Amino acid sequence: MKGIAVSTTVNGDAVEFVCDARETLLDVLRNHLGLTGAKEGCGTGDCGACSVLLDGQLVCSCLVLGAEVEGREIETVEGMADGDRLHPLQKRFLEHAALQCGVCTPGFLVAAKALLERNSNPSESEIRYALAGNLCRCTGYDKIVHAVHAAAGDLRRQQKARKKRKAAG
Amino acid sequence: MANDSKFTNQKFKLVGTRVMRPDGVDKVTGRARYGADASAPGQLVGAILRSPHAHATIRKIDTQKAEKLKGVKAVITSADLPDFTGGEGELYNVLENCMARGRALYDGHAVAAVAAVDAETARRALKLIKVDYKVLPHVTDVDEAMKPGAPVVQPVVKTKDKKAGPTNVANVTTYGHGDVDAGFGKADIIIEKSYKTEQVHQGYIEPHACLASVGPDGHGELWVTTQGPFAYRNWCATLLGMEMSQLKVTSSEIGGGFGGKTHVWIEPIALALSRKANRPVKLVMSREEVFRASGPTSPTSIDVRLGATRDGRIVAADAAMRYGNGAFPGIWGEVGAMAAWACYDIENVRSVGYEVLLNRPKVAAYRAPSAPMAAFAVESTVTLMAEALGMDPVEFRLKNAAREGTRASYGPTYGPIGIVPTLEAVKKHPHMRARLGKNQGRGVACGFWFNFGGQTCADLIIDVDGTVGLSVGTVDVGGARASLSLIAAEELGIPYEEVRCNIADTASLGHNDMTDGSRGTFSSGMATIFAARDAIEQLRVRAAKAWGIDVKNVSWKDGKAIAKGKRKSLTLKEIAEASPNTGGPISGHSQVVADGAGVSFASHICDVEVDPETGGTKVVRYTVVQDAGKAVHPDYVEGQFQGGAAQGIGWALNEEYVYGKDGRLQNPGFLDYRIPVCSDLPFIDTQILEIPNPNHPYGIRGVGETSIVPPLAAIANAVSDAAGVRMTHVPMSPPRVLAAIKASRAEKAPTG
Repeated sequence: MKGIAVSTTVNGDAVEFVCDARETLLDVLRNHLGLTGAKEGCGTGDCGACSVLLDGQLVCSCLVLGAEVEGREIETVEGMADGDRLHPLQKRFLEHAALQCGVCTPGFLVAAKALLERNSNPSESEIRYALAGNLCRCTGYDKIVHAVHAAAGDLRRQQKARKKRKAAG
Repeated sequence: MANDSKFTNQKFKLVGTRVMRPDGVDKVTGRARYGADASAPGQLVGAILRSPHAHATIRKIDTQKAEKLKGVKAVITSADLPDFTGGEGELYNVLENCMARGRALYDGHAVAAVAAVDAETARRALKLIKVDYKVLPHVTDVDEAMKPGAPVVQPVVKTKDKKAGPTNVANVTTYGHGDVDAGFGKADIIIEKSYKTEQVHQGYIEPHACLASVGPDGHGELWVTTQGPFAYRNWCATLLGMEMSQLKVTSSEIGGGFGGKTHVWIEPIALALSRKANRPVKLVMSREEVFRASGPTSPTSIDVRLGATRDGRIVAADAAMRYGNGAFPGIWGEVGAMAAWACYDIENVRSVGYEVLLNRPKVAAYRAPSAPMAAFAVESTVTLMAEALGMDPVEFRLKNAAREGTRASYGPTYGPIGIVPTLEAVKKHPHMRARLGKNQGRGVACGFWFNFGGQTCADLIIDVDGTVGLSVGTVDVGGARASLSLIAAEELGIPYEEVRCNIADTASLGHNDMTDGSRGTFSSGMATIFAARDAIEQLRVRAAKAWGIDVKNVSWKDGKAIAKGKRKSLTLKEIAEASPNTGGPISGHSQVVADGAGVSFASHICDVEVDPETGGTKVVRYTVVQDAGKAVHPDYVEGQFQGGAAQGIGWALNEEYVYGKDGRLQNPGFLDYRIPVCSDLPFIDTQILEIPNPNHPYGIRGVGETSIVPPLAAIANAVSDAAGVRMTHVPMSPPRVLAAIKASRAEKAPTG
């Protein structure tokens, strides 16, 4: 086995690792970098539990090779909170009881963040289709959809307040 | 008082509120550690070789080449798992299911395993193991397996008639009362129908995973995703010839179980590999392995016969229920037979359960195991009868529903139960008056589940700062820590935030049965109340000591010790702070067999739209009404209702194990075994009813399972209404619905 050296950015931090050519980004995150927030539910891109953002794009990290992320930016669930302040999606998931077992939650949070970054005011059906690549077996998705909808409102309000401050100052 | 489980109808301050769960932040930040998230120094990676044949004799396994591969530290076969079980019975079946012993009984049956320095080396080692199979004829269909001349799965299984040859029917059980034949004699209308349901999987998102470590001193540790660390400990220790006390099992966070994690599969193998290699071994199933080789629920074939008089009274009911058990005998047909008629008050009733062996994986529990299929057959027939009588299906059910004092078809006489209230709520629900569009139909169905109590143990410690640590032994599958913390805080009279609930490992608490049978909050809730009352006794003693009065003059109210007379009360915090000088640590303990789990009933309403061109079905509206006894944390009760309904929708419309003629599973992945995704479902409306369980201090009943019981039937009734043809085979996938529509059109079309 000859390792491949990779330099990349994970949650804003410069990271270097050596991986086998066959290892996936998910293997690298979990086994080399100690970031076990992303889960392997299937290994075939069908469940979305391993969702991460790669240069802002939502991907299943089980379908990306570790060697492919040279020079790119990766964002995982571990990077969602701003210091000790939870991301509105994280807060709303808790408030709405949008998780039961919680194993799919990191993937849902990342996928929902990707949605809200491109669509700040999604309809119910837009939320449902944007999250259709993430499987949850506990909740029936009901409370997840409500939580994402509420977080979208929070983010819009935050943005409005930011704009107002900018205009004032 | 301390261990009195009678319902007291107190006014709650905290129970019933929607607080934040204490394990929430860990679960939204990626910190929560599940089965595959732990690692240990020097850890190896395990992998399992599985049979590609549905049925075969294993003549020889050659592991030499694999053992010689660099980086391989252990290779095991069944020879490394000697039989400590006595060679028969359920434990032997568990052992043989974990690793084949001379014969492979289903596609995916484990045959050998390796532990190596990394996953790639382990995979290469598996390829170097040579297994010499003699392929045998197989059977994977329930009805085929019962025919004379069918391939025999377990030659040791015989019918009760000893002269007869081996059979695939491992057991036959009968439930009911009255004179069924005489009952049918009184009926004005008799409806007979046969139904079939395909095998489905629990579909938990987290595959089975564990980290095992056994040393040459016989001590071992197992970190594992499980619904029952104590049961896993007992099984693993017994199968490996270890002493139970020498094996500590810690349950990880569990990424869904639904019954599928009540049974050991890979864990004894991981421990055996670790013992042989003398290194920790991490073993994780792939999704394909989960489908092929864990424990899905039964495929079934059910005949129902129902007789009623013209005034709408059911006078006789009979069901023959054939449940596939996989390759080993189970109790699944019996459970189905017990649950079948439980919703109704029927004078002459019978159900017969058959345990049918198949070359499929050993069946495990799946949320209210066996009841959904029984309800599908019964509730479809009940609706057919209502139609034949020209009665409203809800009124017909109300007229025949079981009530307090009804003798259940499976034996007991009911106390206060919720079937009539759920039906009354359905009758009043706006959903029932909503207009249906083109190609849409509506269905209603009821469901029942027994619920379970069982052995339970809890510790409650009062820390010196006056906050409380609660240790329970039932795994938290979906918010139980929050509910149990609410209960502890309620009983002690302190704020919810001052309680921290911990799930104990097997070395830290007495035995607890598994989190199954909807027992987590019911039974650990009861143990928590008793442990809190035990702690309160001690708090009163300490307060009495401080005041220098007799403890019988000290009462406990709202988190304070109160003395008769004009003394200032002492808060829990004040007593805790003083505890080092008044007798040392304060804690409460309880151990109970939590009897009296109240039975549970639900009624569901479902609207669907069927596309007559494709046979595709979309659920457009869904409502769950269920009795919770007392909803401790309503959010998570609603979540159980919604989750069970969603699983039922998947079962009814899409999910099915597809076996090829070669006996191999054709769809062991989430792409081809399609569970509902977010865009498949509507919001699922819920209505919680609270009919207190008289056998629980807070009136709690289990809530987790009943919600999966009515959906198959509710959806079948809705699809049949929409498509104009009765659906009798689940899943009602597009090809099946389309074929039924076409057949019905052909039947109705004028001939010639």
